[in-house]
Amino acid sequence: MPVPNDRRYSQTHEWFKLDGNVVTVGITQFAADELTDITFVDLPKVGTVVEGGSHFGEVESVKATSELFCAVSGKVVAVNGRLADEPGLLNTDPFDAGWMLKIECPDPSPLNNLLDGPAYDKMVSEH
Amino acid sequence: MLQTPLNAFHRECQARLVDFAGWEMPVMYTSIIEEHNYCRQHCALFDVSHMGRVEFRGPDAARFMEHLNTRNIGGAAPGMCRYSHMCKDDGGILDDVIVSKFEDHFLVVCNASNREKLLGWWEQQRRGFNVEITDRTLETAMVALQGPEAMETMSRLLPIPLDDLKRYRFKTGNVMGADYFVARSGYTGEDGAEIILPANLALMAVRLLISRAEELGRPIKPAGLGARDTLRLEAGMPLYGHELTEDWDSITAGQEWAVDLTKDFIGSDVLKRVKAEGPRRKITGFEVEGKRIARQGAPILRDGQQVGTVTSGTQSPTLGKNIAMGLLDSELATPGQSVEIDVRGTKCTTTVVPLPFYKAKK
Repeated sequence: MPVPNDRRYSQTHEWFKLDGNVVTVGITQFAADELTDITFVDLPKVGTVVEGGSHFGEVESVKATSELFCAVSGKVVAVNGRLADEPGLLNTDPFDAGWMLKIECPDPSPLNNLLDGPAYDKMVSEH
Repeated sequence: MLQTPLNAFHRECQARLVDFAGWEMPVMYTSIIEEHNYCRQHCALFDVSHMGRVEFRGPDAARFMEHLNTRNIGGAAPGMCRYSHMCKDDGGILDDVIVSKFEDHFLVVCNASNREKLLGWWEQQRRGFNVEITDRTLETAMVALQGPEAMETMSRLLPIPLDDLKRYRFKTGNVMGADYFVARSGYTGEDGAEIILPANLALMAVRLLISRAEELGRPIKPAGLGARDTLRLEAGMPLYGHELTEDWDSITAGQEWAVDLTKDFIGSDVLKRVKAEGPRRKITGFEVEGKRIARQGAPILRDGQQVGTVTSGTQSPTLGKNIAMGLLDSELATPGQSVEIDVRGTKCTTTVVPLPFYKAKK
């Protein structure tokens, strides 16, 4: 199934959706499938400043732990509270209900360097 | 990558295939947790064909087995399987194996990752022993059927009487022209058996088994290496490369029960010393508080000092807790002791607990 084309994708399987000056961040179904049953998500608190290009958290599964990388800089204005009790949401609905963070982002231009939906699908198919 | 005789079956079931010890193996089919739970509640099928199966024959085969193994092999009667270690001169563990004694030969089942190493080691060690060593791995397949329903389902589907098959015993025979071996053993903490059959019949046999079990209303589900790991960890069973390595001995690894110090074997001098002095460190069980999984390599701390290292860890699907095994300074290795595990920067309160974490109801 092709990924939604209303957002951009990193090579490390995060997605970034711009809405005004807020970027919502999550991981793709491909990433969730690779991890298998996700048991824990470690995310920064509201108010934390994240740096573009650096790691902002971790996703853990029975099988492995993976770091999460943010493509843009900004302040965390919302964290998906459901993930603390329902980490499996990342496996079942990573593009919608499984969103991870919302970041207030003064400069979303780095998103232009990321992959669009079809480019991400192509990258994954060559994995 | 090598492929087991069941490769087509894994693909039909849409398994996620990975490279494990040079073999293309299923890590999971649907989900690790689902497969794990199905094994604990019903019956799961594991392809373990990648494991080494090597026969030892000849006038000195028994003496050779005694020389290589920590366990007493000579005392085993034909039809018995024994869990054992094979060590180096310095006591370092080369592998953990199951040795099955037949009337006229021995079968050693070893880890896939150690097969080549052991074949080389046995060639080195056989000087002075009149023994014939035959690697049967590629001409056979091996599957494990594990779970509370496994023995009953097998009894109903296989033309082999299994009522009298006790744990760690095996039977052999011939079904429809195929030689088989069935041992009541496993690596999950559940009842069940491990079956060896000819490679060229395995695919058909497994497909038939699955479809007949379905018809019988006792479905068997395939389970992969992911579930195999969570199951064995809950059962407190060691895994080579984690709890067992060449860097420490069998007593340190917590497997003293598989070591017979009344006999000589490669490494027995060192093991006798470790037994006499007590091991400085021990493989121990832990319950980790919180939701984070401690993985191999995570430091175990007490008052800010490192007192051990995690060898395996997971979130236990059956117990709903984070569990781990690790090498810990012996003074602290008693149930109830409180330590911390540094899980990627977060210090998690951890308690030493007895092994196994889980035991199947009888």
